[in-house]
Amino acid sequence: MNAFEYAAPTTKEQAVGLLADRWGDAEVLAGGTDLLSLMKDYLPTPKRVVNIKDIKELQGIKYSSATGLRLGALATIEELLSNAAVKKEYPALAQAAEGVSSPQIRNAGTIGGDLCQRPRCWYFRSGLGYFPKDDGGKDLIPTGQNEYHAILGNSGPAYFVHPSSLAPALIALDAKARIFGSAGWREVRVEEFFVTPNNDGDRETVLKSNEILGEIILPPAKGIRSATYEVRQKEALDWPLAAAAVALKMSGNTVQSARVVLGHVAPVPWRSQAAEQALGGKAIDENTASEAGSAAVNGARPLSKNGYKVQLARVAAKRALLQAAQGGA
Amino acid sequence: MPKRDHAGPPSELDVSRRGFLKGAGAALSSGIVAGAEALEAANRAAAKIIGPGKTPVTLKINGVNKALNIEPRVTLLDALRDELELTGAKRVCDRSSCGACTVIVSGKSVYACSMLAIEAQGKNIETVEGLSVAGKLHPLQQAFVDNDAQQCGYCTPGFVMACKAFLDKNPNPTIEQVRKGLGGNLCRCGTYVGVAEAVLQTAGKKGGRANA
Repeated sequence: MNAFEYAAPTTKEQAVGLLADRWGDAEVLAGGTDLLSLMKDYLPTPKRVVNIKDIKELQGIKYSSATGLRLGALATIEELLSNAAVKKEYPALAQAAEGVSSPQIRNAGTIGGDLCQRPRCWYFRSGLGYFPKDDGGKDLIPTGQNEYHAILGNSGPAYFVHPSSLAPALIALDAKARIFGSAGWREVRVEEFFVTPNNDGDRETVLKSNEILGEIILPPAKGIRSATYEVRQKEALDWPLAAAAVALKMSGNTVQSARVVLGHVAPVPWRSQAAEQALGGKAIDENTASEAGSAAVNGARPLSKNGYKVQLARVAAKRALLQAAQGGA
Repeated sequence: MPKRDHAGPPSELDVSRRGFLKGAGAALSSGIVAGAEALEAANRAAAKIIGPGKTPVTLKINGVNKALNIEPRVTLLDALRDELELTGAKRVCDRSSCGACTVIVSGKSVYACSMLAIEAQGKNIETVEGLSVAGKLHPLQQAFVDNDAQQCGYCTPGFVMACKAFLDKNPNPTIEQVRKGLGGNLCRCGTYVGVAEAVLQTAGKKGGRANA
């Protein structure tokens, strides 16, 4: 790891003032479970590290049945997991937090950090950037070691999968991300927070280099049934192979509206409107859940070694739907 | 082994600092940006920019304050091992992926490889070296011995600290909770069964061999 200047501001205004106008000069440190690993591999190599953990305003979790849930970006995954209101009202989110299976990562890692995590793609982590190419300029990933790469949204140039555990659930639950910069707060839907990079200098979110993710706001979940289902190779210390988060607004026994979001299948969390439409006006049972699961992976284009992920994503969506339909809230 | 490079050449760092200031939009010689320069100065004063060179850091480890002079980039793990000769916590993956460096900070298990030492100031840091008292093993350490919970032993100190944090929070766990609660540590020898039994024995539950 290269040497860097360090600051631990106590206000969001100070923090933003310490950041730089372009990526690469300064990095935001929160839980440290991703950033320090990246810096040890010299990606990135910031001259300054701004530790935002001491900014009280961006900490904590608050729930009110009238206004919904407010997650400070600095609240840890463990705080999310142990919050009774989250468990009761937003089961998809609690189940997603449970998927972060290392207590040490849950204790240190933050909600904001989960969303701002860099790709786990091994080409990226080896310093080859988003778009590794061979000597002839041909993309390496489509015919390379792509077991864990994208099956959707992969028509190029990016093939990595977004590693966030919480994003699919937050998108299913219609959360908004509040971003603080020198001009004050701005707000985007979590769904729009993620972008597929087109150039190696880009990032995977709409955050600018001198902004910080401050908080996440979820609307009240009264009458919403939600669930997250992850398919994993290992139970611990790894990311899921595929995941799905769903939120259902029911009218009696039938679905009034649905949100179906896949994780770990595309460079961004992947919302499937086809699956959502397939559910409208229907009761959730084995058949309808299965049809929606198939609709969710409609258009999937597996690479040379990840065809198996299509089936995993299909099943993840189906099981998340069945789980949500059985659950309360 | 990951590259060890604590000591960066100072001249290169000076250049980097200038590059940073320019990159941050401050063309320092121009009068127009006096405001930006003033802002930078204000930020430095308000938020206390430290480093990149060595700076005094005090860590409270196993109840004792230790004064160090280290760069901000030094992780808690490297401060423990290289500066304080507390080599219980191990440097294995150095990437939040194995658990061998587990210590307890403010009552919670964390990976010492993924926390800067400078961030750990003012917090209670517990390491495996603090467990035994007057040469007598902590009951959890004794339970590791009783249940053959180690083979090569390299992951053991991290496991012991993860188990301690787990038991502090879950004094009466089920085997299923133990398995889930230790999901942040790897043992390539495969001693998981022994570790789980050691945790149950310490909790005073059947399952540990000493209670069998």
